[in-house]
Amino acid sequence: MSLFWQDPLVAMATTTTVKFFILVVGFVLPLAAVLTWMERRQSAYSQDRMGPHRAHFFTLFGKPFVAFGLIHVLADAIKMFFKEPFTPRTADRMVFRIAPAIGFVTSVMIMAQVPFGPDLVTGWGGVWEHIPLQIARLDSGLLLVLALGSLGIYGAALAGWSSNSRFALLGGLRASAQGVSYEIALGLTLVGLLMVHGSTELSALVDAQGGTTFFGLLPAWGIFLQPMGAILYLVAAIAETKRAPFDLPEGESEIIGYFVEYSSMGFGMFMLGEFVEVVTLSALFTTLFLGGWQLPGVLGDHLLQLGPWRLALGPLSYGLAGMAVFASKVFLMCVLQLQVRWTLPRFRYDQLMHLGWKTLLPLSLVNIFVTAVLLALDPTHDSLAAFGLLQVVAFVLVTIAGPRQRVGHPAAAH
Amino acid sequence: MATIKVREQVEYSAYERSYLPEIFRGLWLSFGRFFANLFGSKKTRRLQTINYPDEQRVYPPRYRGQHRLLARADGSPRCVACYMCSTACPAFCIHIVAGQSSDTETEKYPAAFEIDMLRCIYCGLCVEACPEDAIRMDTGIHTPPFYSRDDGVVGRVDLLSLIGRPGTPAAFGAQNTREAKGRGD
Repeated sequence: MSLFWQDPLVAMATTTTVKFFILVVGFVLPLAAVLTWMERRQSAYSQDRMGPHRAHFFTLFGKPFVAFGLIHVLADAIKMFFKEPFTPRTADRMVFRIAPAIGFVTSVMIMAQVPFGPDLVTGWGGVWEHIPLQIARLDSGLLLVLALGSLGIYGAALAGWSSNSRFALLGGLRASAQGVSYEIALGLTLVGLLMVHGSTELSALVDAQGGTTFFGLLPAWGIFLQPMGAILYLVAAIAETKRAPFDLPEGESEIIGYFVEYSSMGFGMFMLGEFVEVVTLSALFTTLFLGGWQLPGVLGDHLLQLGPWRLALGPLSYGLAGMAVFASKVFLMCVLQLQVRWTLPRFRYDQLMHLGWKTLLPLSLVNIFVTAVLLALDPTHDSLAAFGLLQVVAFVLVTIAGPRQRVGHPAAAH
Repeated sequence: MATIKVREQVEYSAYERSYLPEIFRGLWLSFGRFFANLFGSKKTRRLQTINYPDEQRVYPPRYRGQHRLLARADGSPRCVACYMCSTACPAFCIHIVAGQSSDTETEKYPAAFEIDMLRCIYCGLCVEACPEDAIRMDTGIHTPPFYSRDDGVVGRVDLLSLIGRPGTPAAFGAQNTREAKGRGD
């Protein structure tokens, strides 16, 4: 008779719960909350302002304890929770209440498949011997991620429809049209990556990025093998998160957007959901293109097998180190996304559709074709990496060597 | 008839239409500002914010500020309740009640002199209108905030209690001829 804690089901339930608390409760939600603060302060500093830094509720050492303005997050949360959750009289009450949760939950669910650390080889024996730091290891992997991403559109679409308000409906329609258009590009940009690594399972994708490529000079990260795919994916994915420069469904200055009728935490869920989507996108980008939790030459699965690090750190601290690397990569990607929002002006809706259908879609098809040809010629990825490096270098050169200033611009003629 | 304005089409070069290099240059610029303001030295930081109650902007020397009433040497207001200022006032914010003065030369004194700071537009026309140099706008202070609309009406005593900011002409001077003569008791 086996012992209670040797039951695989008990082990799975326990580890999954712990992993959920570490990843979602301990990382994603706090990071999303902090991002609301970061968005304000980062934009402020980019625009030579200070941003929120005054809220406090006690004084420490004779100074108000503002914690860099982080108390504002707390104040906003309190405000959100205690305002009246108003429902319009003509709204479809049930759908109206469920809609915020749909967008939020689907974007959190994507995180279940993201490997946030190495597989732990604990030495505890039996069912506890091998613990992957990934909540759900599913073979469908990336396909389910894309499916959940599409499901997230329902949050905006249903909110817009159920509000029974014209502006909200317009926002919901925009969200669904935009989501459907960019999903195709989003899926196709990843095909090249799937061809390179031959798996849809996310931890397998991370492990495949553990080695080196380009004759051992570069880490085998997706961004070096598929630079075009990475950029196209980033663009399409930012469009999926409905953030600037693709924030047409919100359109703060024209229609308030699909959440115009929401107050209190209903709106709060949309806002927090948007930032959870930012975290999710960063985590996915890290996993697919930036080698996940691995740090080339320092942390990696190939090092785990033979490595001095495993002996030196022990399994748990090795896992912690991987988690820290993963968290910092995700954080940097979040910073990049916030800065993109505060740098670029918004698209017009026809420009948005042009970009999705006439630019991203053909380019991702070209990317697939080129990747396929290079893989057929050279299965070792070396020529693919060389071509990727060529793309990066050419792009950097074009960016640096571009004209400093517009010539003959009407605005300059004043 | 509605006129349709056709805006001149901007011809973008192929480099600009490819969009991506320009995006990265924009990001380079805004990231540069961000890090220069976050980690930079005093020279590279260009934060424009003034943390208002803690820090205050230094006003230019010609800033006037709130009005004050000037007093004679004995402390009584110079004002002779002639209503010139309240007539000149475009905002109708000065309210004066004239009283019979024991001084035979001036005849009147302001029994009440109130300025409604909520209506005042700080134009300074009252100062120009005054024949007695009894009202000036040289205190350099903001009208302090208040909770009730009634508190916005500042009376004679409060107006007399204010003093001019440093560098303004003295309150007791020879510019007022009647004062130089003294009050004829």
